[in-house]
Amino acid sequence: MDIYFPIAEMPISVPLLLALGGGVGFLSGMFGIGGGFLMTPLLVIVGVPAPVAAASVANQVVGASVSGALAQWRRGNVDVRMAGLLIAAGFVGSAAGVALFGLLRELGQIDLVIAACYVTLLGTLGLLMEIESIRAWRRRRNPVGRRRKLHAHLWIHGLPLKMKFRASRLYISIFAPLSIGFGVGALSGVMGVGGGFVMVPALIYLLDMPTAMAVGTSLLQITVVAANVTFLQSVGNQTVDIMLALLLIVGSVIGAQLGTMFGGRLRGEHLRALLGLIVLVVAFRVAYDLTVNPDELFSLGLSGGRH
Amino acid sequence: MRRPAALATATALLALTGAAPLAAAEQLIADLSSREIRITTGFTGAELLLFGATDARAGDIVIVVRGPGRVEEVRRKHRVAGIWMNGPAVPFKNVPGFYYVASTRPIEDIAKPPLLEQLQIGLPALRLETVRPADPEVEDSYREGLVRLKRNRSLYDAEAGTITVIGDRLFRTTISFPAGVPTGEYQVKVYLFRDGKPVSASATPLLVLKSGLEAAIFRFAHDQSALYGIVAILAALVAGWLAGVIFRKA
Repeated sequence: MDIYFPIAEMPISVPLLLALGGGVGFLSGMFGIGGGFLMTPLLVIVGVPAPVAAASVANQVVGASVSGALAQWRRGNVDVRMAGLLIAAGFVGSAAGVALFGLLRELGQIDLVIAACYVTLLGTLGLLMEIESIRAWRRRRNPVGRRRKLHAHLWIHGLPLKMKFRASRLYISIFAPLSIGFGVGALSGVMGVGGGFVMVPALIYLLDMPTAMAVGTSLLQITVVAANVTFLQSVGNQTVDIMLALLLIVGSVIGAQLGTMFGGRLRGEHLRALLGLIVLVVAFRVAYDLTVNPDELFSLGLSGGRH
Repeated sequence: MRRPAALATATALLALTGAAPLAAAEQLIADLSSREIRITTGFTGAELLLFGATDARAGDIVIVVRGPGRVEEVRRKHRVAGIWMNGPAVPFKNVPGFYYVASTRPIEDIAKPPLLEQLQIGLPALRLETVRPADPEVEDSYREGLVRLKRNRSLYDAEAGTITVIGDRLFRTTISFPAGVPTGEYQVKVYLFRDGKPVSASATPLLVLKSGLEAAIFRFAHDQSALYGIVAILAALVAGWLAGVIFRKA
């Protein structure tokens, strides 16, 4: 059963979209990621023009993450103070990222920069997560000689203007969440994704936030950032396909609820190992596309897509 | 109103090509089963019937359907240090969004290349020029890539022998438009060729437009984009929240 989408200007199978939404929604509920970094390339593979895919996915992410954020909120897994700082810095960062995006597009190399960002970021993150979860698993099996500090002390903890984050049991400088918010915002502006897949590990590894709290806080931040991106894309490019987004939401909210339930049953390190694996697969896929001989050397239309 | 315009076009065209003056007997009339294609929610492509009649003498019929023109940027991937990266964009001007040629015989048997090029009949004759002057070899390879990509999307095609001719006077054929057909104003031209020269021609306009819900959403997104953005966010929030509530109860 196909429906013609008014902004994408093409018919797409409805069951296919529901399945895509459900699958990606499951992962986003489980890991607290928006799922944009998976959904956008998938839609492009289906044939949706890249600018429409990225903008409509931002709209979809609003719906998918609000249900996840509410579910996490009920579990007390949202640090509101932290989320507020991340969102404020994220707005500034995404404006800078969108400007950088425009510059790179004029230079004609935005595709390569996006692909390179995917490979280096996802590759590094995936590896870090795998190493970390293997270490955690070993510690559990062999508790003798375990000597871990309560909090790892990185340079980020030495910054001034400290603030208490009671929900996360942290006492850190406000510059830490501000710089993470700005950095992830800039990245999402360039890559056109929510940035949850960078935000969650940054909160866990740089700030030493509890995993569940990082997931919930990140979901709230993603909801707000995605809403901002949806608005900017609607006004600037008219590329948001509301019909496409709503169909994806139906699939993804159901998937997200299942994912949140399923994720709650898994141990923290298992969760990280799984997310790390998915992130590595995507990184590998993008790296493969960059290096393998393409079937078709030519492409049409404005740059800004990923494929 | 349309018939005189079509005849005027035909006369102007014949004057341009230096063909024999249009004799009253060498008439050609043609029309489409519909002069509008409406894109609605269930749209998966359309087929139109083109039909017409010529005078009694035998000749070759050629049909050219041309969609709205726009600038298309073509990029080619290059290998740099083992990585395939996009080269600079080469923009082509006035690229038709849809181009289809049907003829009673292979087009190269009907007329000589210079004439076909002048009339832009057939994929090799279709005029596709870069916006900025480019090296001819580069231009040719990018042009080839552009045509191939359009063909793969069923937007460009040329077919011979698909026109049914009845009793040397009547002819008909179907024209298929894929689901991804661009909206805008189309021109459907029908030529009657005799001894390698066009002796008569007719032009019929065709409009491809969004309709109903599709048109309403498209107009909303373009005319009131800020409000559209807010509605999109609210719809997503409500849908996400509602689905969550329903799911929790179930």
